[in-house]
Amino acid sequence: MESEFIQESKLLIFRITEEIDECSVQKIRRKADYEIERYMPKKVIFDFNRVTFMDSAGIGLVIGRYKIVNMIGGKVEMANLNKSVEKIFEMCGVLKLIPITKLEEAV
Amino acid sequence: MFDNEMKLEFLSKSNNEAFARITVAAFASQLDPTIEELADIKTAVSEAVTNAIIHGYEDKTGVVKIVCKIKENELEIQISDNGKGIENVEMAKQPLYTTRPNLERSGMGFTIMESFMDSIEIESILGIGTKITMRKTIKKMEENLEEDDFANSLRG
Ligand SMILES: Nc1ncnc2c1ncn2[C@@H]1O[C@H](COP(=O)(O)OP(=O)(O)OP(=O)(O)O)[C@@H](O)[C@H]1O
Ligand SMILES: [Mg+2]
Repeated sequence: MESEFIQESKLLIFRITEEIDECSVQKIRRKADYEIERYMPKKVIFDFNRVTFMDSAGIGLVIGRYKIVNMIGGKVEMANLNKSVEKIFEMCGVLKLIPITKLEEAV
Repeated sequence: MFDNEMKLEFLSKSNNEAFARITVAAFASQLDPTIEELADIKTAVSEAVTNAIIHGYEDKTGVVKIVCKIKENELEIQISDNGKGIENVEMAKQPLYTTRPNLERSGMGFTIMESFMDSIEIESILGIGTKITMRKTIKKMEENLEEDDFANSLRG
């Protein structure tokens, strides 16, 4: 996962580059929590553009971060979901909590 | 009986998850599934394998077994463990039910398996283990094409 913080808007972007499962999620979670604590962002966007696989570990990941960011008064959004990732979030009601937003993939 | 069959056994380590789902997907690909069907199969396998590793064996290491069978255009996947078993299967199947909320589990695994596959059976005995059997019929290429033609003709 790569992260980018935009100071002016206090926006923290997490670009997930790996497949999300039980095996990979622990490392992603640790890094995300570290960066959230470090920057105290107003908004966090998870960019799924390069995620080729995700199972229910992804639900726990975004809901867990949502709770933390919510506590510090920030918002969480998701971008660039492929069909199967969107299907999983939709099915579990995650989209009602964490909306989809537009985000261009930076080069 | 079956047209094709494969068996896979591996240790209950989470870094075997990708290997397990990719192997099943490779075996399933002889049925010519669409990319979406293949993604659904991989996700369902990942759910069952993760459950065997984190709930079945918890901190212990055991063997996870997968048997895949193909008959005509139906794929059957059995995923089993000799772990601790499920106390109440009906409860476990409920969306959002999880015994490990502290691990950031969402309790959606069985719901995902149910909706991504055509059917799922759960057999479990406390202290003995758990076996999940999932089935999915892969539509033949021509049927997919026919459906596309039909959809296209509706669009005009
Ligand atoms: N192989 C297994 N052995 C023992 N218990 C299991 C097994 N599979 C599932 N369970 C039990 O069933 C419950 C529900 O499983 P399910 O996969 O739906 O949710 P989860 O694994 O808790 O969360 P998620 O899959 O969303 O990360 C689990 O919390 C666990 O108690
Ligand atoms: Mg699960």
